[in-house]
Amino acid sequence: MAKGKKAEKSRDVLVVGAGIAGMQSALLLAEAGLQVHLVESSPAIGGYFPLLDKTFPTNSCGVCFMSPLPPAYCPIYESELHENIRLMTSSHVDGIEGEPGAFRVSVTQRPTFVDPGKCNNCVSCVEVCPVEVPREFGGGLEKRKAIYLPFPQAIPRSYVIDPATCTRCGECVKVCSPGAIDLDMAEQRHTLGVGAVILGLGFEPFKAELKGEYGFGRYDNVLSSIQYERMLSFSSPSRGMPVRRSDGRVPKKIAFLQCVGSRDPSCGQTHCSTICCMYAMKQAMITKERDPEAEIALFYMDIRPMGKDYERYYERTKGEYGIDFRRSAVSVVKQLQQTRDLLVTYVTEEGSFREEQFDLIVLSVGFTVSDEVKELAQVMGIELNEAGFCRTEEFAPTQTSRPGIYIGGTFREPRDIPETVVEGASAAAQVATLLAADGEKGVRDKVYPEEGALGEGPPRIGVFFLSRGHRLSDIFMAEELINHVQGLRDVVHGEEILVNAPSDGFDRIKLRIGEMELNRLVVAGSSLRTLRMDFGEMARGIGFNPSLIEYADLWEGCGLVHPQGFSETTHKAKVLMEVAVERARRLEPVKKGSSQISRKGLVIGGGIAGLTASLNLARQGHDVALVEREDELGGNARHTWYTLKGSDPQVFLRDLIEMVEGNPKIEIFRKAEVKHLEGSGGNYRTLISVDGQEKSLEHGAIILANGGKEIKPHEYLYGQDSRVVTQRELEGLIHSEDERIRDLKRVVMIQCVGSRDEDHPYCSRICCGHAVKNALKLKERQPEMDLFILYRDVRTYGFYEHAYSGARDKGVIFIRYDPDRKPQVISRDGDLTISTVDPVIGAKVELAADLVVLSTGIEPNDNRRLAEIVGADLNADGFFMEANPKSAPLDFVDRGKFFCGLGHSPNFIEDSIAQGEAASMRAGVLLSVGEIEQVDHVAYVNHRLCCGCGLCISVCPYGARFMDEEIWKAEVMEDVCRGCSSCVVVCRNGASQQHNFEKATVMAMVDAAVT
Amino acid sequence: MEEFEPRIIAFLCHWCTYTGADLAGTTRQQYPPNIRIIHMMCSGAVDTIYILKALIDGADGVLIGGCHPGDCHYQTGNYKARRRVGILKEIFHQVGFTEDRIWLRWISASEGKLFADTVTQMVEELKKMGPNPMKKLWLA
Ligand code: FES
Repeated sequence: MAKGKKAEKSRDVLVVGAGIAGMQSALLLAEAGLQVHLVESSPAIGGYFPLLDKTFPTNSCGVCFMSPLPPAYCPIYESELHENIRLMTSSHVDGIEGEPGAFRVSVTQRPTFVDPGKCNNCVSCVEVCPVEVPREFGGGLEKRKAIYLPFPQAIPRSYVIDPATCTRCGECVKVCSPGAIDLDMAEQRHTLGVGAVILGLGFEPFKAELKGEYGFGRYDNVLSSIQYERMLSFSSPSRGMPVRRSDGRVPKKIAFLQCVGSRDPSCGQTHCSTICCMYAMKQAMITKERDPEAEIALFYMDIRPMGKDYERYYERTKGEYGIDFRRSAVSVVKQLQQTRDLLVTYVTEEGSFREEQFDLIVLSVGFTVSDEVKELAQVMGIELNEAGFCRTEEFAPTQTSRPGIYIGGTFREPRDIPETVVEGASAAAQVATLLAADGEKGVRDKVYPEEGALGEGPPRIGVFFLSRGHRLSDIFMAEELINHVQGLRDVVHGEEILVNAPSDGFDRIKLRIGEMELNRLVVAGSSLRTLRMDFGEMARGIGFNPSLIEYADLWEGCGLVHPQGFSETTHKAKVLMEVAVERARRLEPVKKGSSQISRKGLVIGGGIAGLTASLNLARQGHDVALVEREDELGGNARHTWYTLKGSDPQVFLRDLIEMVEGNPKIEIFRKAEVKHLEGSGGNYRTLISVDGQEKSLEHGAIILANGGKEIKPHEYLYGQDSRVVTQRELEGLIHSEDERIRDLKRVVMIQCVGSRDEDHPYCSRICCGHAVKNALKLKERQPEMDLFILYRDVRTYGFYEHAYSGARDKGVIFIRYDPDRKPQVISRDGDLTISTVDPVIGAKVELAADLVVLSTGIEPNDNRRLAEIVGADLNADGFFMEANPKSAPLDFVDRGKFFCGLGHSPNFIEDSIAQGEAASMRAGVLLSVGEIEQVDHVAYVNHRLCCGCGLCISVCPYGARFMDEEIWKAEVMEDVCRGCSSCVVVCRNGASQQHNFEKATVMAMVDAAVT
Repeated sequence: MEEFEPRIIAFLCHWCTYTGADLAGTTRQQYPPNIRIIHMMCSGAVDTIYILKALIDGADGVLIGGCHPGDCHYQTGNYKARRRVGILKEIFHQVGFTEDRIWLRWISASEGKLFADTVTQMVEELKKMGPNPMKKLWLA
């Protein structure tokens, strides 16, 4: 990049990579009022998200929901539409200089050869293009042309030409009626001044052909999990049915092979990819749902569902779905010439070779980092770790080695969607903190002109047909249609406007509003999704209340999808216009109220998560009240002396507490607890008692960070024999050099104590790591000691896998046990013996030991009372329940309430830090908005008709209803209502209504639609 | 005789099915024009009287489209819709109307093709059933 003068200070943010993490960061920062440049190297945004029809553990679609203010569209649309996000696809960063707060970045945008403003998606170009190549989306299962739409829901929705395969024959140029194709389009270079950078660079699936023995790429019926995911999608060519590529048959016997390109030194991939077990189970379940007769076997080493509610998912896969889990390693796959069936040779746990035939094989490929990303890392000047992922410090999970550049998501370590979302938010929190430093105000506050007294007189409706690419007369009998519309009741004007972009025609409309004194509009245009947003904004800009506009979809909803020809489509168009006009006649100018937010956050719990959340919220510029039950801050971390990744938690904790205590924006209440909370998102009033004294706090958001604790075991002689201790106690002994651990000959550790059992039917996630950590520490002190770990599955996910293999190298012996035949700890004549059954050899093993260490799980603190006071939900295990486990993992349903830390689920310290930061960002966005605006269609109550039955109160999912006890009539809290209509439907008197979706309005629309 | 063309009124939820229908349009999936879409915020906003009114006024079928279970943008609207439609169908059954004219379908924002296919299929089925007799019965 050209050296110029020093980069200037900027509050813009560059986000590179528009996958799940990148979109999350971008949306949060944009919502907080910062300008975001979202740069994506492929032609469409979304990363791997659009590939996923269903996501675990809910098996729901989950493409939506990710925007900061639910309910909202999917993050992909939001990112495209957000006024503070500038989207640059087909672009890459090729230089950066400067320092935090003032970077200068150069970005090159490759030509796509199609002008998205002109392209009308008519597909003629695709039909004539002679080049056919495999489509990248979905792993090359389908074909595309050289000019193509990357995938059906691609955003930006524009065709692109892939210069690598295009032959420049020019056929497409000839047939493109709007003239959108320009084969000589040049690349564009941009220089951006930004204050901070977030890298959401994602992963690349392991190239399965590198494991030659599985035959991927050579055998038709061996698919990668990426391809299989695509196949199971409803939008795939097989409509979601699994099929064999060789003959199109539905496979009856399917094998999933785990750890392809994970935990495998032979291909240089030593880490665990963390999520493959879960996605394979998901794919197996969906397969079973599509074809209940399918027989499915899953070959694995350890099964690793260690996220929130994942263990139950695993149990369901085994039980309800009857998937056959086989702990065996597959050595080779061969194709049978005639049938193209596949012969799998595998080694059972006991070491014997078996062969079995399958119809289809799915390879669960792991996560790697692409060369492109590695190059970019170089450009950015950030360090990578041995595995090629981004290097980060354990306790600063989203900071790269270069100040001012942050990361989130799978470029740090393989991870699932909730964690990716958390890290996206955590990275955003870092940026918000960095850029808030100079105390400027965001660009959020917008001023709109006063609205006129529009909509008050009798309706005068103007109807506008916006034609883009096609003219009305191309598809409809235009004159007849316009005449018909002009004859409808209350319509005073109708006209067609030719536009290039949806926003184009607005000037003309503005003119007509004045000329014809229009007070309601019907806009018939294409792709209403964008139109609604654009038009609403523009209307506000001239003081026209957007709720007075109704839309009709004559193109994508009618003209372009019905092959029947002129008269039918015209007839339908007339009906659609009648429906729209009927609604328009009844539209009321809803004045959107808003309420001021109290710009303060309340954090409950002073452990690592709560401290982190408080500090970050304060650094973003908000006041914070921190409430801690005990006299001392620090929570669980006070008892952790070292970590598996080698950091010192005590030093970290001390510094953190110092910073929190020293921050003037944070007020700390010790020996305090919450007594009562009232109000709604943005405006809460909470009563706390501090050392017996009551105090009232006003705040806009609340973060629950009151963690969990180690489960106290009541088995294995714990509490009866002093040589039986928990991992945490052992850690204390090691730290204090206790004499009990001085001359140990043999130590036996038992895993899953109080986890994955009846009382705690979940995996505590951290115990395998803790056991390995302490085992390594003991071995370090006394290398000759015998160390056994009795386990069910070793769940050292991600880079923890390295520690696991390290422990094995050092001679730690891992013996599996069956939950049905748990190990026994026996104390006889002063000797401690552990007896267990090794399922591999099927024989009993007896081990004498000096010390037995129980790897106890984590349970949440008893949060029932707090949950009741705060109005939060708990799940069956007593952890907090999120609004959506995928996309809003730290949000409660009520706006303004968040949580983080062990109350979410068992987690390592680094995860708690990321969650604390993320929660502070979620809360910070709300607080920085300043005021809460109502949704468009809030509910209201006609008191004359209300009989006070209270049905609407019980049905409202947001608690936006209450009874006015003086007059005994239902009332609506307008800034809490999200306009779902539940109350409208449930009200038997028609007293509950929703603005502009009144029952009478809908009935009139039905009327118009039927006739 | 001219072929019978059924008329379908569709209540589609804003977040999923309506967007799915939009996607069907932008990807140019073809489907018969017999459907008239009414845009609702959520499938849970569809009152049974809307469905009844449509059928009594002469619609031959009613399609309610919502987000997949677990995906409703208002938490549980689609479950409410499911229960409501279930009860309505039961009543239809009891009084001797065919309940097959009411379709409740979960179609997400990315399932444009599914939307087009659903409409195509529904039109075919309704053609087999013939015109809806309810209007006549009502007036009689
Ligand atoms: S929002 Fe789609 S069904 Fe409720």
